[in-house]
Amino acid sequence: MAIPKVCGIETEYGIQVVNGDPNPIAASSLLINAYAQEVARQQTGWDFEDEAPGNDARGFAREGSMPPQVETHLVNTVLTNGARYYVDHAHPELSTPECSDALECVRYDRAGEIILIRSMEAADRIARDGSQLVVYKNNSDGKGNSYGCHENYLMDRMAPFSRVVTGVTPHFVTRQIFAGAGKIGTETSGHQSDRPDFQLSQRAEFFEEQVGLETTLKRPIVNTRDEPHADPHRYRRLHVIVGDANLSEVATFLKVGTTSIVLAMIEDDVRCSRELAIADPVGAMHAVARDRELSRPVLMEDGSTATALDIQWELHGLARKYAEDRGLECLGSPSIGSAVLDRWEDVLHGLETDPMSLARQLDWVAKLQLIEAFRDRHRCDWDDHRLAALDLQYHDLRPSRSLFARLGMERLIDERSVKSAVTDPPVGTRAWFRGQCLRKWPAHVVTANWDSLVFDLGADPLRRVPMMDPLKGTANHVEELLETCSSPSELLDRLSS
Amino acid sequence: MAEREQKRKANPERTDEAVEDVPATSPNGEKLKAELDDLLDEIDEVLEDNAEEFVRNYVQKGGE
Repeated sequence: MAIPKVCGIETEYGIQVVNGDPNPIAASSLLINAYAQEVARQQTGWDFEDEAPGNDARGFAREGSMPPQVETHLVNTVLTNGARYYVDHAHPELSTPECSDALECVRYDRAGEIILIRSMEAADRIARDGSQLVVYKNNSDGKGNSYGCHENYLMDRMAPFSRVVTGVTPHFVTRQIFAGAGKIGTETSGHQSDRPDFQLSQRAEFFEEQVGLETTLKRPIVNTRDEPHADPHRYRRLHVIVGDANLSEVATFLKVGTTSIVLAMIEDDVRCSRELAIADPVGAMHAVARDRELSRPVLMEDGSTATALDIQWELHGLARKYAEDRGLECLGSPSIGSAVLDRWEDVLHGLETDPMSLARQLDWVAKLQLIEAFRDRHRCDWDDHRLAALDLQYHDLRPSRSLFARLGMERLIDERSVKSAVTDPPVGTRAWFRGQCLRKWPAHVVTANWDSLVFDLGADPLRRVPMMDPLKGTANHVEELLETCSSPSELLDRLSS
Repeated sequence: MAEREQKRKANPERTDEAVEDVPATSPNGEKLKAELDDLLDEIDEVLEDNAEEFVRNYVQKGGE
């Protein structure tokens, strides 16, 4: 049986300084420090004990493929909702806590946006030189520089990685028809004759390989980074780099929900009767991004052709049958599972009959409708600077400037629930234990990471509490324990007894 | 299970409704156009003043 699809989203935000030092690393540090000091009033740092981004899921030894890890002393903090908030390269990055299901993932992704908005406000209060930090939730600067929005999914180590690659590739090539955030033009093609007006995905054209370890160059559709952040004998954590950052909640829900189902089917070795192998996945991914009519056929390995919609319908049909045969408990709950299946079907149906009917649901459709309306009113061509500005400003997180916020997009999570997720951890994963310990004893938790907490009890040595199972340390498991412990020493004594 | 089958069967009916609603002269089409017009008015106000400079200045380092 497929294991629970614990999931999370890691978003690198774009950052711009208006009227100030343009250094993005300094700006990102200022932004996060402002939040930690002014808003969260919290300083627990990240523990790098567990980091090994060079390990390859295919079992390769490291052969200098990654640069050595240099301690940079960049800002790196853990929040009471269980999230990690830090400077990664030249961007502020927020990794959601481990979530039990796709809807919870939407909630914490949205809480991340609130955290970034509050960070901007706090940084503005601190800055006295008239400078302003502006954060964008997008994936490229329109000039060929891309930054990621990664997903992660808990998987059973028993599922062979080669099967993961085969099974997930057709989904990753085609899910952009609902999960793409859309953009004008291209950043990788130099030929004027080869310029699309619009692409479904911000990220698709940056992918160059089918499988690989890299994330910053020669980006692969399936990333092989093998960092389970959990017991490596039982689990793997699939690191997915192929997605766009979504503002649309429906798009995030579908992106995570459909991928969770596809991965569960891979664990249970459920396959389509028809082989879904795409002949040239990288080329197909680029072609699908440019096909806003959703009609271009993709060549399959068996010589037949299929559109991205055909492939998505095949996967959806397989998922329906899988749900009927085995249930979808691994999606967090059967109701989440059926909500994913129903919405997936509705959206594919909408894309097939009238994509613009999804303008309040999907990012690329909302953006395209806005662009078409703007072009119509101002009679401008696709290369008009105002359209590029509109494309960029769609992703501006400031409520006063965000175009997305003005579109009346469908919400899946109410605002009160989003706001509580800014401070409260998910109840159904180990994030609960991490977050509650940070809230209860902030002075005693010196560092934290995904799979451990380090306590300082005032006497040597520091005590590390391992959390090697993402499904333990939930509210069900430890709420009573935490409530009845009056000090961290008592907690550690009771945990070790 | 029965509920799910019902939902799937409902889809073709929804298609018919959608086709009826599409013509631009329909009340829904007019409403949509009016909403878009209001939205465009607002966006014309909120859009960054110097679009060319705004877009040119937005330069990021690659990440991940």
